[in-house]
Amino acid sequence: MGKQYKLVRYNLNGKDVEQMVDVRASLTDMLRNDYRMTSVKKGCEVGECGACTVLINGEAFNSCIYLAVWADGKKIRTLESLLGPNGELADIQQAFIDEAAIQCGFCTPGFIMSSVEILESGKEYTDAELRKLLSGHLCRCTGYENIIRAVKKTMYKRLGKEMPQE
Amino acid sequence: MYDMKAYYESESVQHAIELRLAHPEAHIIAGGSDVLVQMREGKRAGVELISIFMLDELRGVTIDEEENIRIGSLTSFSHITKNPIIQQYINVLGEAVDQVGGPQIRNIGTIGGNTCNGVTSADSASTLHAWEAIVELTGPKGVRRIPIKDFYLKAKVVDIREGEIQTAILIPKASYENTYGYYIKYAMRNALDIATNGCSVNVRLSEDKKTFDRVRVAYGVAGPVPMRCPNTEAFINGKEVTMENIEAFAQKVLEDINPRDSWRASKALRQHVAVESAKRCIIESVKRAGGEL
Ligand SMILES: Cc1cc2nc3c(=O)[nH]c(=O)nc-3n(C[C@H](O)[C@H](O)[C@H](O)COP(=O)(O)OP(=O)(O)OC[C@H]3O[C@@H](n4cnc5c(N)ncnc54)[C@H](O)[C@@H]3O)c2cc1C
Ligand code: FES
Ligand code: FES
Repeated sequence: MGKQYKLVRYNLNGKDVEQMVDVRASLTDMLRNDYRMTSVKKGCEVGECGACTVLINGEAFNSCIYLAVWADGKKIRTLESLLGPNGELADIQQAFIDEAAIQCGFCTPGFIMSSVEILESGKEYTDAELRKLLSGHLCRCTGYENIIRAVKKTMYKRLGKEMPQE
Repeated sequence: MYDMKAYYESESVQHAIELRLAHPEAHIIAGGSDVLVQMREGKRAGVELISIFMLDELRGVTIDEEENIRIGSLTSFSHITKNPIIQQYINVLGEAVDQVGGPQIRNIGTIGGNTCNGVTSADSASTLHAWEAIVELTGPKGVRRIPIKDFYLKAKVVDIREGEIQTAILIPKASYENTYGYYIKYAMRNALDIATNGCSVNVRLSEDKKTFDRVRVAYGVAGPVPMRCPNTEAFINGKEVTMENIEAFAQKVLEDINPRDSWRASKALRQHVAVESAKRCIIESVKRAGGEL
Protein backbone atom coordinates (compact mmCIF):
# COMPACT_ATOMS: atom_id res chain seq x y z
CA MET A 1 0.00 0.00 0.00
CA GLY A 2 1.22 3.53 -0.81
CA LYS A 3 1.37 6.35 1.67
CA GLN A 4 -1.90 7.03 3.43
CA TYR A 5 -2.86 10.55 4.56
CA LYS A 6 -5.77 11.93 6.55
CA LEU A 7 -7.01 15.48 7.12
CA VAL A 8 -7.02 16.58 10.76
CA ARG A 9 -8.56 19.80 12.07
CA TYR A 10 -7.72 20.84 15.61
CA ASN A 11 -6.78 23.73 17.83
CA LEU A 12 -3.08 24.15 18.57
CA ASN A 13 -2.13 26.59 21.31
CA GLY A 14 -5.31 28.60 20.74
CA LYS A 15 -5.19 28.64 16.95
CA ASP A 16 -7.43 26.54 14.66
CA VAL A 17 -5.27 24.58 12.25
CA GLU A 18 -5.66 21.83 9.68
CA GLN A 19 -3.13 19.46 8.29
CA MET A 20 -2.87 16.49 5.95
CA VAL A 21 -1.02 14.02 8.07
CA ASP A 22 0.61 10.67 7.42
CA VAL A 23 -1.47 8.10 9.34
CA ARG A 24 1.75 6.53 10.66
CA ALA A 25 2.79 9.73 12.46
CA SER A 26 2.68 10.08 16.22
CA LEU A 27 1.43 13.37 17.64
CA THR A 28 5.07 14.10 18.57
CA ASP A 29 6.05 13.68 14.90
CA MET A 30 3.34 16.05 13.72
CA LEU A 31 3.95 18.73 16.36
CA ARG A 32 7.71 18.75 15.79
CA ASN A 33 7.89 18.30 12.03
CA ASP A 34 4.83 20.18 10.80
CA TYR A 35 4.63 22.93 13.43
CA ARG A 36 8.19 23.16 14.81
CA MET A 37 6.93 22.69 18.36
CA THR A 38 10.36 21.53 19.47
CA SER A 39 9.50 21.73 23.17
CA VAL A 40 7.88 18.34 22.56
CA LYS A 41 10.87 16.06 23.09
CA LYS A 42 11.51 12.60 21.74
CA GLY A 43 12.81 10.61 24.69
CA CYS A 44 11.89 6.96 25.11
CA GLU A 45 9.00 7.05 22.59
CA VAL A 46 7.23 4.27 24.51
CA GLY A 47 5.31 6.19 27.15
CA GLU A 48 7.74 5.92 30.03
CA CYS A 49 9.67 9.18 30.39
CA GLY A 50 7.10 11.96 29.85
CA ALA A 51 9.46 14.18 27.80
CA CYS A 52 6.82 14.42 25.04
CA THR A 53 3.93 15.45 27.32
CA VAL A 54 1.31 17.84 25.93
CA LEU A 55 -2.18 18.79 27.13
CA ILE A 56 -5.10 17.44 25.12
CA ASN A 57 -8.46 18.93 26.15
CA GLY A 58 -6.78 19.90 29.44
CA GLU A 59 -5.33 16.49 30.32
CA ALA A 60 -1.67 15.42 30.10
CA PHE A 61 -0.81 12.81 27.46
CA ASN A 62 2.40 11.30 26.18
CA SER A 63 2.30 12.50 22.56
CA CYS A 64 4.73 9.75 21.48
CA ILE A 65 2.05 7.07 21.96
CA TYR A 66 -0.81 9.15 20.58
CA LEU A 67 -1.55 8.98 16.87
CA ALA A 68 -1.48 12.33 15.06
CA VAL A 69 -4.80 11.54 13.36
CA TRP A 70 -6.46 11.42 16.80
CA ALA A 71 -5.79 15.18 17.19
CA ASP A 72 -8.90 15.78 15.07
CA GLY A 73 -11.38 17.98 16.97
CA LYS A 74 -9.10 18.37 20.02
CA LYS A 75 -7.53 21.34 21.80
CA ILE A 76 -3.81 20.75 22.09
CA ARG A 77 -1.36 22.80 24.16
CA THR A 78 2.41 22.64 24.18
CA LEU A 79 4.97 24.54 26.25
CA GLU A 80 5.14 27.19 23.50
CA SER A 81 1.65 28.36 24.56
CA LEU A 82 2.99 29.56 27.91
CA LEU A 83 5.16 32.37 26.56
CA GLY A 84 3.76 35.89 26.86
CA PRO A 85 3.39 38.19 23.79
CA ASN A 86 6.94 39.52 24.19
CA GLY A 87 8.46 36.18 25.04
CA GLU A 88 7.91 36.53 28.80
CA LEU A 89 8.17 33.33 30.82
CA ALA A 90 5.16 32.01 32.73
CA ASP A 91 5.33 31.84 36.55
CA ILE A 92 5.93 28.08 36.48
CA GLN A 93 8.80 28.44 34.01
CA GLN A 94 10.39 31.17 36.15
CA ALA A 95 9.97 28.96 39.24
CA PHE A 96 11.88 26.13 37.51
CA ILE A 97 14.75 28.57 36.89
CA ASP A 98 14.66 30.08 40.39
CA GLU A 99 14.65 26.69 42.09
CA ALA A 100 17.37 25.21 39.84
CA ALA A 101 14.86 22.60 38.72
CA ILE A 102 16.58 22.47 35.31
CA GLN A 103 19.97 21.12 34.37
CA CYS A 104 20.10 19.75 30.84
CA GLY A 105 16.47 20.76 30.33
CA PHE A 106 15.37 17.76 28.30
CA CYS A 107 12.66 16.69 30.75
CA THR A 108 11.57 20.25 31.56
CA PRO A 109 8.84 20.98 28.96
CA GLY A 110 7.12 17.71 29.85
CA PHE A 111 7.29 18.36 33.59
CA ILE A 112 5.98 21.87 33.05
CA MET A 113 3.00 20.72 30.98
CA SER A 114 1.97 18.24 33.69
CA SER A 115 2.46 21.07 36.20
CA VAL A 116 0.14 23.28 34.15
CA GLU A 117 -2.62 20.67 34.49
CA ILE A 118 -1.93 20.44 38.24
CA LEU A 119 -1.89 24.22 38.73
CA GLU A 120 -4.97 24.90 36.62
CA SER A 121 -7.03 22.48 38.73
CA GLY A 122 -6.88 25.21 41.40
CA LYS A 123 -6.46 22.57 44.11
CA GLU A 124 -4.00 22.45 46.98
CA TYR A 125 -2.07 19.20 46.90
CA THR A 126 0.09 17.56 49.56
CA ASP A 127 3.71 16.69 48.77
CA ALA A 128 2.75 13.04 48.37
CA GLU A 129 0.01 13.95 45.89
CA LEU A 130 2.34 16.19 43.91
CA ARG A 131 4.90 13.39 43.68
CA LYS A 132 2.22 11.03 42.39
CA LEU A 133 0.92 13.60 39.89
CA LEU A 134 4.45 14.10 38.54
CA SER A 135 5.42 10.42 38.60
CA GLY A 136 4.95 10.04 34.85
CA HIS A 137 8.21 11.91 34.20
CA LEU A 138 11.83 10.88 34.45
CA CYS A 139 14.66 13.34 35.10
CA ARG A 140 18.23 12.11 34.92
CA CYS A 141 19.81 15.30 36.27
CA THR A 142 18.09 17.15 39.08
CA GLY A 143 17.08 14.47 41.56
CA TYR A 144 13.47 15.74 41.51
CA GLU A 145 13.52 17.70 44.79
CA ASN A 146 13.89 21.08 43.11
CA ILE A 147 11.20 20.22 40.58
CA ILE A 148 8.71 19.38 43.31
CA ARG A 149 9.65 22.61 45.09
CA ALA A 150 9.16 24.72 41.94
CA VAL A 151 5.68 23.31 41.39
CA LYS A 152 4.76 23.60 45.05
CA LYS A 153 5.93 27.20 45.25
CA THR A 154 3.92 28.17 42.17
CA MET A 155 0.89 26.29 43.50
CA TYR A 156 0.92 28.30 46.74
CA LYS A 157 1.56 31.55 44.89
CA ARG A 158 -1.43 30.98 42.62
CA LEU A 159 -3.59 29.99 45.59
CA GLY A 160 -2.55 33.24 47.29
CA LYS A 161 -1.29 31.31 50.30
CA GLU A 162 1.94 31.19 52.24
CA MET A 163 4.01 28.09 51.43
CA PRO A 164 4.43 26.00 54.62
CA GLN A 165 8.01 25.73 55.95
CA GLU A 166 9.74 22.49 54.93
CA MET B 1 6.53 7.22 12.44
CA TYR B 2 5.00 3.91 13.28
CA ASP B 3 5.63 0.90 11.08
CA MET B 4 2.01 0.50 9.98
CA LYS B 5 0.63 -1.12 6.85
CA ALA B 6 -2.78 0.56 6.82
CA TYR B 7 -5.08 2.50 9.10
CA TYR B 8 -8.88 2.40 9.34
CA GLU B 9 -10.88 4.79 11.54
CA SER B 10 -14.20 3.47 12.88
CA GLU B 11 -17.05 5.96 12.70
CA SER B 12 -19.52 3.91 14.76
CA VAL B 13 -19.63 0.53 16.50
CA GLN B 14 -21.41 -0.87 13.43
CA HIS B 15 -18.68 0.53 11.19
CA ALA B 16 -16.00 -1.01 13.43
CA ILE B 17 -17.66 -4.41 13.01
CA GLU B 18 -17.76 -3.97 9.21
CA LEU B 19 -14.08 -3.00 9.22
CA ARG B 20 -13.27 -6.07 11.34
CA LEU B 21 -15.06 -8.33 8.88
CA ALA B 22 -13.43 -6.65 5.87
CA HIS B 23 -9.92 -6.73 7.40
CA PRO B 24 -9.73 -9.82 9.60
CA GLU B 25 -5.92 -9.52 9.94
CA ALA B 26 -6.05 -5.98 11.31
CA HIS B 27 -5.44 -5.24 14.99
CA ILE B 28 -7.90 -3.18 17.02
CA ILE B 29 -6.42 -0.09 18.63
CA ALA B 30 -8.17 1.68 21.51
CA GLY B 31 -5.86 3.96 23.57
CA GLY B 32 -2.85 2.25 22.01
CA SER B 33 -0.72 2.11 25.16
CA ASP B 34 -0.10 -1.59 24.55
CA VAL B 35 -0.47 -1.69 20.76
CA LEU B 36 1.76 1.29 19.88
CA VAL B 37 4.49 0.21 22.31
CA GLN B 38 4.45 -3.27 20.78
CA MET B 39 4.67 -1.74 17.30
CA ARG B 40 7.78 0.15 18.39
CA GLU B 41 9.23 -3.01 19.90
CA GLY B 42 8.67 -4.79 16.61
CA LYS B 43 6.17 -7.30 17.99
CA ARG B 44 3.37 -5.74 16.00
CA ALA B 45 5.48 -4.06 13.32
CA GLY B 46 3.88 -3.68 9.90
CA VAL B 47 0.32 -4.43 11.03
CA GLU B 48 -2.96 -2.95 9.83
CA LEU B 49 -4.87 -1.03 12.50
CA ILE B 50 -8.59 -0.55 13.06
CA SER B 51 -8.95 2.38 15.43
CA ILE B 52 -11.97 2.62 17.73
CA PHE B 53 -10.43 5.55 19.65
CA MET B 54 -12.77 8.19 18.22
CA LEU B 55 -15.96 6.38 19.31
CA ASP B 56 -17.05 8.65 22.18
CA GLU B 57 -20.23 6.57 22.55
CA LEU B 58 -18.03 3.93 24.22
CA ARG B 59 -16.85 6.38 26.92
CA GLY B 60 -18.40 6.97 30.31
CA VAL B 61 -19.98 5.25 33.30
CA THR B 62 -23.76 4.94 33.74
CA ILE B 63 -26.34 2.85 35.58
CA ASP B 64 -28.49 1.00 33.03
CA GLU B 65 -32.19 -0.05 33.20
CA GLU B 66 -31.28 -3.29 35.00
CA GLU B 67 -29.28 -1.25 37.54
CA ASN B 68 -25.97 -2.63 36.29
CA ILE B 69 -23.01 -0.27 36.47
CA ARG B 70 -22.08 0.11 32.81
CA ILE B 71 -18.51 1.16 32.01
CA GLY B 72 -17.95 1.92 28.32
CA SER B 73 -14.91 0.04 27.05
CA LEU B 74 -13.08 3.21 26.01
CA THR B 75 -13.38 4.89 29.41
CA SER B 76 -9.90 5.91 30.52
CA PHE B 77 -8.49 4.93 33.90
CA SER B 78 -8.46 8.53 35.16
CA HIS B 79 -12.10 9.00 34.21
CA ILE B 80 -13.05 5.80 36.04
CA THR B 81 -11.26 6.98 39.19
CA LYS B 82 -12.95 10.40 39.08
CA ASN B 83 -16.43 9.05 38.32
CA PRO B 84 -19.05 9.54 41.09
CA ILE B 85 -20.88 6.24 40.31
CA ILE B 86 -17.63 4.32 40.67
CA GLN B 87 -16.75 6.19 43.85
CA GLN B 88 -20.11 5.41 45.38
CA TYR B 89 -20.54 1.73 44.47
CA ILE B 90 -17.18 0.22 43.53
CA ASN B 91 -14.56 2.61 44.78
CA VAL B 92 -11.93 -0.15 44.80
CA LEU B 93 -11.99 -0.27 40.99
CA GLY B 94 -11.19 3.44 40.80
CA GLU B 95 -8.38 2.92 43.31
CA ALA B 96 -7.00 -0.08 41.43
CA VAL B 97 -6.79 1.67 38.08
CA ASP B 98 -5.28 4.72 39.78
CA GLN B 99 -2.19 2.52 40.26
CA VAL B 100 -1.65 1.88 36.54
CA GLY B 101 1.57 3.36 35.10
CA GLY B 102 1.70 7.13 35.68
CA PRO B 103 -0.79 9.98 35.19
CA GLN B 104 -0.36 10.23 31.40
CA ILE B 105 -0.86 6.46 30.98
CA ARG B 106 -4.01 6.69 33.08
CA ASN B 107 -5.34 9.38 30.72
CA ILE B 108 -4.85 7.23 27.61
CA GLY B 109 -5.23 3.63 28.84
CA THR B 110 -8.75 2.18 28.64
CA ILE B 111 -10.48 -0.49 30.67
CA GLY B 112 -11.34 -2.29 27.42
CA GLY B 113 -7.66 -2.49 26.49
CA ASN B 114 -6.73 -3.58 29.99
CA THR B 115 -9.03 -6.61 29.72
CA CYS B 116 -8.78 -7.41 25.99
CA ASN B 117 -5.00 -7.74 26.31
CA GLY B 118 -5.64 -10.85 28.45
CA VAL B 119 -2.72 -9.94 30.71
CA THR B 120 -2.72 -11.41 34.23
CA SER B 121 -0.95 -8.40 35.77
CA ALA B 122 -3.47 -5.86 34.41
CA ASP B 123 -4.43 -3.66 37.35
CA SER B 124 -8.18 -3.77 36.70
CA ALA B 125 -8.32 -7.53 36.16
CA SER B 126 -8.36 -8.94 39.68
CA THR B 127 -10.97 -6.45 40.86
CA LEU B 128 -13.20 -7.15 37.84
CA HIS B 129 -12.91 -10.89 38.58
CA ALA B 130 -13.62 -10.38 42.27
CA TRP B 131 -16.78 -8.40 41.43
CA GLU B 132 -17.93 -10.92 38.79
CA ALA B 133 -18.00 -8.37 35.99
CA ILE B 134 -19.84 -9.12 32.77
CA VAL B 135 -18.07 -8.43 29.47
CA GLU B 136 -20.21 -7.08 26.64
CA LEU B 137 -19.11 -7.81 23.09
CA THR B 138 -20.82 -6.46 20.00
CA GLY B 139 -20.43 -8.20 16.68
CA PRO B 140 -22.16 -9.13 13.42
CA LYS B 141 -24.66 -11.31 15.30
CA GLY B 142 -25.50 -8.63 17.84
CA VAL B 143 -24.58 -8.27 21.51
CA ARG B 144 -23.11 -11.08 23.59
CA ARG B 145 -22.59 -10.87 27.36
CA ILE B 146 -20.32 -13.28 29.21
CA PRO B 147 -18.88 -13.56 32.72
CA ILE B 148 -15.35 -12.19 32.87
CA LYS B 149 -13.91 -15.55 33.96
CA ASP B 150 -15.09 -17.05 30.67
CA PHE B 151 -13.72 -14.11 28.70
CA TYR B 152 -10.13 -15.03 29.64
CA LEU B 153 -9.20 -18.19 27.71
CA LYS B 154 -5.48 -18.41 28.46
CA ALA B 155 -2.50 -16.09 28.93
CA LYS B 156 -2.99 -13.13 26.58
CA VAL B 157 -5.93 -14.76 24.78
CA VAL B 158 -9.53 -13.65 25.32
CA ASP B 159 -12.82 -14.67 23.77
CA ILE B 160 -13.28 -12.04 21.06
CA ARG B 161 -14.83 -13.62 17.98
CA GLU B 162 -14.88 -12.73 14.31
CA GLY B 163 -16.06 -9.18 13.75
CA GLU B 164 -16.51 -8.42 17.44
CA ILE B 165 -15.31 -5.59 19.65
CA GLN B 166 -15.72 -5.22 23.38
CA THR B 167 -18.25 -2.45 24.04
CA ALA B 168 -18.74 -2.41 27.82
CA ILE B 169 -17.99 -3.92 31.19
CA LEU B 170 -20.97 -4.35 33.50
CA ILE B 171 -21.14 -4.84 37.25
CA PRO B 172 -24.53 -6.33 38.23
CA LYS B 173 -26.43 -4.88 41.18
CA ALA B 174 -26.33 -8.18 43.10
CA SER B 175 -22.57 -7.90 42.89
CA TYR B 176 -22.09 -4.32 44.12
CA GLU B 177 -24.96 -3.86 46.59
CA ASN B 178 -23.72 -3.47 50.20
CA THR B 179 -20.30 -4.63 49.06
CA TYR B 180 -16.96 -3.05 49.95
CA GLY B 181 -13.56 -3.95 48.63
CA TYR B 182 -9.86 -3.24 48.69
CA TYR B 183 -6.99 -3.82 46.23
CA ILE B 184 -3.27 -4.15 46.85
CA LYS B 185 -0.75 -3.91 44.03
CA TYR B 186 2.65 -5.22 45.04
CA ALA B 187 5.39 -3.87 42.78
CA MET B 188 9.00 -2.74 43.08
CA ARG B 189 8.24 0.97 42.75
CA ASN B 190 5.15 3.14 43.20
CA ALA B 191 4.85 4.40 39.63
CA LEU B 192 5.40 2.90 36.19
CA ASP B 193 5.84 -0.68 37.31
CA ILE B 194 3.92 -3.84 36.55
CA ALA B 195 2.39 -5.74 39.48
CA THR B 196 4.36 -8.64 40.97
CA ASN B 197 1.11 -9.51 42.70
CA GLY B 198 -2.36 -8.00 42.55
CA CYS B 199 -4.94 -8.95 45.19
CA SER B 200 -8.55 -7.76 45.29
CA VAL B 201 -10.97 -8.71 48.06
CA ASN B 202 -14.54 -7.60 48.70
CA VAL B 203 -16.98 -8.39 51.48
CA ARG B 204 -20.68 -8.16 52.19
CA LEU B 205 -21.41 -8.48 55.90
CA SER B 206 -24.60 -9.66 57.63
CA GLU B 207 -26.97 -6.95 58.84
CA ASP B 208 -25.46 -6.92 62.35
CA LYS B 209 -22.02 -6.83 60.67
CA LYS B 210 -20.81 -9.81 62.71
CA THR B 211 -20.79 -12.48 60.00
CA PHE B 212 -19.17 -12.74 56.56
CA ASP B 213 -22.19 -13.00 54.30
CA ARG B 214 -20.17 -13.09 51.06
CA VAL B 215 -16.44 -12.75 50.51
CA ARG B 216 -14.79 -12.79 47.09
CA VAL B 217 -11.06 -12.92 46.46
CA ALA B 218 -9.20 -12.65 43.17
CA TYR B 219 -5.57 -12.40 42.16
CA GLY B 220 -3.58 -11.18 39.22
CA VAL B 221 -0.11 -12.64 38.56
CA ALA B 222 -0.87 -15.72 40.67
CA GLY B 223 -1.41 -17.75 37.50
CA PRO B 224 -1.44 -17.26 33.69
CA VAL B 225 -4.81 -15.47 33.89
CA PRO B 226 -6.47 -13.57 36.75
CA MET B 227 -8.23 -16.01 39.10
CA ARG B 228 -10.79 -16.32 41.89
CA CYS B 229 -10.16 -18.39 45.03
CA PRO B 230 -13.10 -20.81 45.45
CA ASN B 231 -11.70 -22.79 48.41
CA THR B 232 -10.79 -19.67 50.32
CA GLU B 233 -14.20 -18.12 49.70
CA ALA B 234 -16.09 -21.30 50.72
CA PHE B 235 -14.03 -21.41 53.91
CA ILE B 236 -14.84 -17.88 55.08
CA ASN B 237 -18.45 -17.45 53.93
CA GLY B 238 -20.86 -17.71 56.88
CA LYS B 239 -18.06 -17.42 59.45
CA GLU B 240 -17.84 -14.81 62.17
CA VAL B 241 -15.87 -11.63 61.62
CA THR B 242 -12.85 -12.32 63.85
CA MET B 243 -9.09 -11.91 63.45
CA GLU B 244 -8.67 -15.64 63.93
CA ASN B 245 -10.91 -16.41 60.97
CA ILE B 246 -9.11 -13.77 58.91
CA GLU B 247 -5.70 -15.33 59.64
CA ALA B 248 -6.96 -18.76 58.61
CA PHE B 249 -8.60 -17.26 55.50
CA ALA B 250 -5.34 -15.66 54.39
CA GLN B 251 -3.41 -18.94 54.74
CA LYS B 252 -6.12 -20.73 52.78
CA VAL B 253 -5.35 -18.81 49.57
CA LEU B 254 -2.27 -21.00 49.08
CA GLU B 255 -4.65 -23.85 48.20
CA ASP B 256 -6.11 -21.79 45.37
CA ILE B 257 -3.22 -19.98 43.73
CA ASN B 258 -0.19 -21.21 41.88
CA PRO B 259 2.41 -18.44 41.47
CA ARG B 260 5.62 -19.17 39.62
CA ASP B 261 9.31 -18.48 40.00
CA SER B 262 10.54 -15.76 37.67
CA TRP B 263 13.23 -13.11 37.45
CA ARG B 264 10.76 -10.66 38.94
CA ALA B 265 10.16 -12.63 42.15
CA SER B 266 10.51 -16.13 43.58
CA LYS B 267 7.54 -18.39 44.20
CA ALA B 268 8.16 -18.15 47.96
CA LEU B 269 8.07 -14.36 47.90
CA ARG B 270 4.94 -14.36 45.77
CA GLN B 271 3.19 -16.76 48.17
CA HIS B 272 4.17 -14.62 51.13
CA VAL B 273 2.92 -11.47 49.43
CA ALA B 274 -0.33 -13.20 48.41
CA VAL B 275 -1.13 -14.27 51.98
CA GLU B 276 -0.23 -10.91 53.50
CA SER B 277 -2.18 -9.00 50.82
CA ALA B 278 -5.29 -11.16 51.35
CA LYS B 279 -5.15 -10.40 55.05
CA ARG B 280 -4.68 -6.66 54.64
CA CYS B 281 -7.34 -6.47 51.93
CA ILE B 282 -10.00 -8.26 53.95
CA ILE B 283 -9.27 -6.20 57.08
CA GLU B 284 -9.64 -2.99 55.09
CA SER B 285 -12.79 -4.29 53.37
CA VAL B 286 -14.37 -5.15 56.74
CA LYS B 287 -13.61 -1.64 57.98
CA ARG B 288 -15.15 -0.09 54.89
CA ALA B 289 -18.24 -2.28 55.36
CA GLY B 290 -18.63 -0.87 58.86
CA GLY B 291 -17.53 -4.06 60.65
CA GLU B 292 -15.34 -4.18 63.75
CA LEU B 293 -12.24 -6.23 64.47
C1 LIG C 1 4.63 3.11 30.39
C2 LIG C 1 3.48 2.15 30.54
C3 LIG C 1 3.14 1.70 31.82
C4 LIG C 1 2.08 0.81 31.99
N1 LIG C 1 1.76 0.41 33.26
C5 LIG C 1 0.71 -0.42 33.46
C6 LIG C 1 0.33 -0.81 34.79
O1 LIG C 1 0.93 -0.40 35.78
N2 LIG C 1 -0.73 -1.64 34.93
C7 LIG C 1 -1.44 -2.10 33.87
O2 LIG C 1 -2.40 -2.84 34.07
N3 LIG C 1 -1.10 -1.76 32.60
C8 LIG C 1 -0.05 -0.93 32.37
N4 LIG C 1 0.31 -0.57 31.09
C9 LIG C 1 -0.36 -1.21 29.94
C10 LIG C 1 -1.54 -0.46 29.30
O3 LIG C 1 -1.52 0.90 29.58
C11 LIG C 1 -2.89 -1.00 29.75
O4 LIG C 1 -2.97 -2.38 29.52
C12 LIG C 1 -4.08 -0.31 29.06
O5 LIG C 1 -5.26 -0.65 29.72
C13 LIG C 1 -4.24 -0.65 27.61
O6 LIG C 1 -5.39 0.04 27.14
P1 LIG C 1 -5.36 0.73 25.70
O7 LIG C 1 -6.70 1.29 25.46
O8 LIG C 1 -4.22 1.65 25.61
O9 LIG C 1 -5.14 -0.58 24.83
P2 LIG C 1 -4.62 -0.83 23.35
O10 LIG C 1 -3.14 -0.78 23.32
O11 LIG C 1 -5.34 0.03 22.39
O12 LIG C 1 -5.12 -2.34 23.17
C14 LIG C 1 -4.69 -3.40 23.98
C15 LIG C 1 -5.19 -4.73 23.41
O13 LIG C 1 -6.59 -4.86 23.55
C16 LIG C 1 -7.25 -4.90 22.27
N5 LIG C 1 -8.41 -4.05 22.44
C17 LIG C 1 -8.43 -2.82 23.06
N6 LIG C 1 -9.69 -2.36 23.16
C18 LIG C 1 -10.49 -3.29 22.59
C19 LIG C 1 -11.92 -3.40 22.43
N7 LIG C 1 -12.76 -2.45 22.89
N8 LIG C 1 -12.42 -4.51 21.81
C20 LIG C 1 -11.56 -5.48 21.39
N9 LIG C 1 -10.23 -5.45 21.53
C21 LIG C 1 -9.69 -4.36 22.14
C22 LIG C 1 -6.22 -4.44 21.27
O14 LIG C 1 -6.41 -5.05 20.03
C23 LIG C 1 -4.92 -4.90 21.92
O15 LIG C 1 -4.70 -6.24 21.69
C24 LIG C 1 1.36 0.34 30.87
C25 LIG C 1 1.70 0.80 29.59
C26 LIG C 1 2.74 1.71 29.42
C27 LIG C 1 3.08 2.20 28.05
S1 FES D 1 9.09 10.18 24.66
FE1 FES D 1 7.01 9.97 25.11
S2 FES D 1 7.05 9.19 27.11
FE2 FES D 1 9.13 9.17 26.58
S1 FES E 1 17.14 18.31 33.69
FE1 FES E 1 18.16 16.79 32.56
S2 FES E 1 16.69 15.20 32.47
FE2 FES E 1 15.79 16.57 33.81
